[in-house]
Amino acid sequence: MRVIPCLDVDRGRVVKGVGFLGLRDAGDPAELAARYDQEGADELVILDITASSDDREIMLGIVERAAEQVFIPLTIGGGVRSVADAKALLRAGADKVAVNSAAVARPQLITELAGELGSQCVVVAIDARRRAGTEPVRQADAKFEVVTHGGRRATGLDVLEWAGSCAERGAGEILLTSMDRDGTELGYDLELTAAVGSTVRLPLIASGGAGTLDHLVAGAALGSASGLLAASIFHFGRYSIADAKSYLAAHGIGVRPTTV
Amino acid sequence: MIAVLDYGIGNLRSAEKALQHVGADAHLVTDPDLAAQARGVVLPGVGAFGACSAALRRSGLDAVARDVIDRGVPFLGICVGLQLLFEGSDEDPRAEGLAILPGRVRSLAPSERLPQMQWNMVAPVESRPSRLLGTVATTSDGGPEGAGSMWFYFVHSYAPMPEADAACTVVGACDYGGPVVAAIERGELFGTQFHPEKSGMNGLRLLARFAAACGEA
Repeated sequence: MRVIPCLDVDRGRVVKGVGFLGLRDAGDPAELAARYDQEGADELVILDITASSDDREIMLGIVERAAEQVFIPLTIGGGVRSVADAKALLRAGADKVAVNSAAVARPQLITELAGELGSQCVVVAIDARRRAGTEPVRQADAKFEVVTHGGRRATGLDVLEWAGSCAERGAGEILLTSMDRDGTELGYDLELTAAVGSTVRLPLIASGGAGTLDHLVAGAALGSASGLLAASIFHFGRYSIADAKSYLAAHGIGVRPTTV
Repeated sequence: MIAVLDYGIGNLRSAEKALQHVGADAHLVTDPDLAAQARGVVLPGVGAFGACSAALRRSGLDAVARDVIDRGVPFLGICVGLQLLFEGSDEDPRAEGLAILPGRVRSLAPSERLPQMQWNMVAPVESRPSRLLGTVATTSDGGPEGAGSMWFYFVHSYAPMPEADAACTVVGACDYGGPVVAAIERGELFGTQFHPEKSGMNGLRLLARFAAACGEA
């Protein structure tokens, strides 16, 4: 099981908010990335959450600085619209590139990225929201809808269908965020994660809602995730990576030890 | 100088940076003549076997790889770079490997999520102490490390299945729906299916041991 801190970056700073609103400063991305590597994080995800064209150069600079000091896999996302965008990030030091809105708008992008760069560096980030009236369980199909643009835009796409389509097109991994849970610290949406996990055979990262160490355990045990993404529980020092890993290990979940 | 063969695929900078981080004079090299003079050579590889095989041939660096291995220059193949040492791969049946080691590259167990994209523990083959894995004390700091020292980062859907002659080169394996070749070693020829450049401190230590084998750092 991989423990993956996520750094949401806005104008060059790590921020964290609730449902992408009310952002709170959490530090310098490259510094934080290096710290998480040293503390034993298994991977890092850095998402440019503003992703305006002005910020593109800032982000490349951040990736370059982070890559100097980080020797674990680095996934970069936010505003990737083309193979050229992805290549620029890989050149700057990213190992994987996450695509989201642009892939929904033009699914062929996934095929192009996988063909040019290899599936191993193509992560499709899926932001999912429960359709009104589907919590708790009501009907089995089309319960979760893909949303884009930081949750502001509904697409009408069924999450499970979209995840399947991403896999067919050559995605190497799915980063699945529950927009209902993101920033709430109420725990991952386990039903969502398990549904996607049983639909596609790709590695699956659960995201959105981790607030306690029990949430991590539940994500691994019940959500069938192969990676656990969390932000605020690490950024603000409530738990260390070592805390998370020893708790997972104590619950029988295999993790890489943080001490060697 | 350690030459990291740059044959125009993916992100090869990370291998160069990680070697530099451990004090080696490592550089991405496209010029076959320059690569032939290096004290050590690294063949990284990401993406599909066929694409890497074709790109390596186009670059003319395939001949350098054969030459330096023949001459006993320390050589490290990483991921698809390891796979390329074998004859071919089920991933792209028409593509040819360098066939320096007998055997083919096969798909991992379909019962598991593919690719294997995770950290996994490498079990050293006890009867075969490895300079690369640090299971033989050849340097002052080459002694055994802690229990976490054999965890490395893997990203792959295929792995080599060495045949008789090459089977004895396997020095480490991991479990992913069955045993999977993780590291090979034969004289100065080394290979890892995992990515040492992405395996944190453990990977840096491994690269430092390779650099030491090259007489660097």
